[in-house]
Amino acid sequence: MTELKGATAAAGSPAAAVAPSSSRSVRPGRLRRPGRQATELIVLLGPALVLFAVFVLLPICIAAYYGMFNWTGYGPLSDFTGVHNYKLVLQDPVFRSSLLHNLIIAVLSLLIQLPISIAIALLLNRKMRGGSFLRMAVFAPYVVSQATTAVLWLLLLQPDGFVDQLLKAVGLGGLVQQWLANPTSVLYTMFVVLTWQFIGFGVILLLAGLQGIPAELREAAAIDGASSWQTTRRITLPLLGPTIRIWIFLSMIGSLQVFDLVWIMTLGGPANASSTMVTYMIFFGFHSLEFGYGSAAAVILFVISFVLAFLYQRFVLRRDTDGALTRAVG
Amino acid sequence: MTGVAAAVETTGRPAAPAAPAGRRSRRFRPTTPVSYLVALVIVAITLVPMLYVIVGGFRTTAQLNVAPTGLPHPWVWQNYKAILTSATFWQNLGNSALIAIVVTALAVGLGSMASFALARYHFPGREAWYLLFAVGLLFPANVASLPVYFLDKQIHLLDNWLGVALPEAAFSLPITIIILRPFMRAVPGELEDAAVVDGASRLTFFLKILIPLSRPAMLTVAVLAFVTSWNAYLLPLLIFTTPSHYTLPLGVATFQSTYSQDTASVFAFTALSMLPAIAFFVLAQRRIVGGLSGLAGSVKG
Repeated sequence: MTELKGATAAAGSPAAAVAPSSSRSVRPGRLRRPGRQATELIVLLGPALVLFAVFVLLPICIAAYYGMFNWTGYGPLSDFTGVHNYKLVLQDPVFRSSLLHNLIIAVLSLLIQLPISIAIALLLNRKMRGGSFLRMAVFAPYVVSQATTAVLWLLLLQPDGFVDQLLKAVGLGGLVQQWLANPTSVLYTMFVVLTWQFIGFGVILLLAGLQGIPAELREAAAIDGASSWQTTRRITLPLLGPTIRIWIFLSMIGSLQVFDLVWIMTLGGPANASSTMVTYMIFFGFHSLEFGYGSAAAVILFVISFVLAFLYQRFVLRRDTDGALTRAVG
Repeated sequence: MTGVAAAVETTGRPAAPAAPAGRRSRRFRPTTPVSYLVALVIVAITLVPMLYVIVGGFRTTAQLNVAPTGLPHPWVWQNYKAILTSATFWQNLGNSALIAIVVTALAVGLGSMASFALARYHFPGREAWYLLFAVGLLFPANVASLPVYFLDKQIHLLDNWLGVALPEAAFSLPITIIILRPFMRAVPGELEDAAVVDGASRLTFFLKILIPLSRPAMLTVAVLAFVTSWNAYLLPLLIFTTPSHYTLPLGVATFQSTYSQDTASVFAFTALSMLPAIAFFVLAQRRIVGGLSGLAGSVKG
């Protein structure tokens, strides 16, 4: 936190220099009526601050406290167990495999979704008939809720259903299996559905990034005799770096909180083969009425997500962004 | 990844309307037939699953069981009719709309007030307050769901739409403030000086000048808040116990598990639940894409 603040303060000065006139205009008012500004600030900032403190900050504090009790949700918190619940969660092999599943999804996203998104974005960035329709088609799955997507794919993946018949029709019948009941492949089925839903998000993001690259650069390279592949490889992709790094950040946060799709399609099963950290928390904390245990799990998830997001923010994104958290203020 | 996540690092400068069409002159390469083939495959992969479910809703369960991939023969309207004339679908839709509208109003209303204070007032600790909100972005809403459930239980908001709407609005505040504040900062101080000379108070300046000028950014954050709330599943799942309170995502999942034998109806219900989101997307497309472009355009290339 202190590091964050330090970085903020450092970035504060150039920002102030950008808008000197605005600060001049403010000061006389404040000097004339010191009480007025305080009242205005309370009116403006107060409501958001209260809402944020009560519904974002307070819950995690409550969870950290509940996590220290053995508690089923009824009666007083009397059975104090200290860090016992926290230890149990961290030692539970099911929790560890759930965390591993989240990491597998994150890594696969990077290795598979990212290259596909880049390829589609490069394709869509060309002039072609029906380009705007194509963009909308690619983006459509992203706007449908994950819950609806889950039910949609439950229907498609029914035994001998659409997917199975399609595979048989194109001669890939050997691949057909119990997509959601086979413990060794269920996680990958989930990943394919996640990819179907989220690829459009990456494409739109990368397309926007591509449009920020000056056309002259590519044209100059082409005039100098660079092939299309060379310009893409040496000019477009490096300039797309910042957008790619933001995509990775968003994808990472998304991978850590996968829930809806898995819960509706498999409840994390069979035999926890598709469980994620959040399905673990809901299954063992909420449904089993082990609220103290669930609270401990929530706090651990919070710490894991926060630390990963913060580190990435600090060490990877920092150099790219104007408005990054670690530099605050634009 | 959720909609909220969608715009993390926004922009130091008042962003970036979707890139101007003129810049597209860079597309100087002719497009080959292979490109069209690839494009066709991509469209097929994204749209066919949706079309399959929409068309499947026009078949009977018997038809679906006999030939899962066939076309309707004959086309039956019964599945769609039954759902559109029953209370469940409309209740789910109404609940989702109510919650999403309240969430959007709260997030944009309170968020813009806070952004104004954080952008154009000078007071000790301002950056620390900003950072407090900004850090909320690193806290994924799904991870917070169980803690929020405990809080709602304490303050008697379980099975109450406010118990969903208030936390969702609170979780939308970070992204709202992160997007709006730089926008409001970038409005030239001369405008504010001029308003003050003309006798306007700072609040008048906020309402009459700053908000209209920030309209593109306000629309972007409104769309983000609305879509995130509309698609939320986990928090409503924990908070609501009465089926008539369910939102649409919860309703779809419940319908599927309750009527799993009546496959044709599940097809129809799923298809109907996709339509509002897709219609909204077609209408708000420029805003959604513009928001993402602003996000990508904000980074230093």
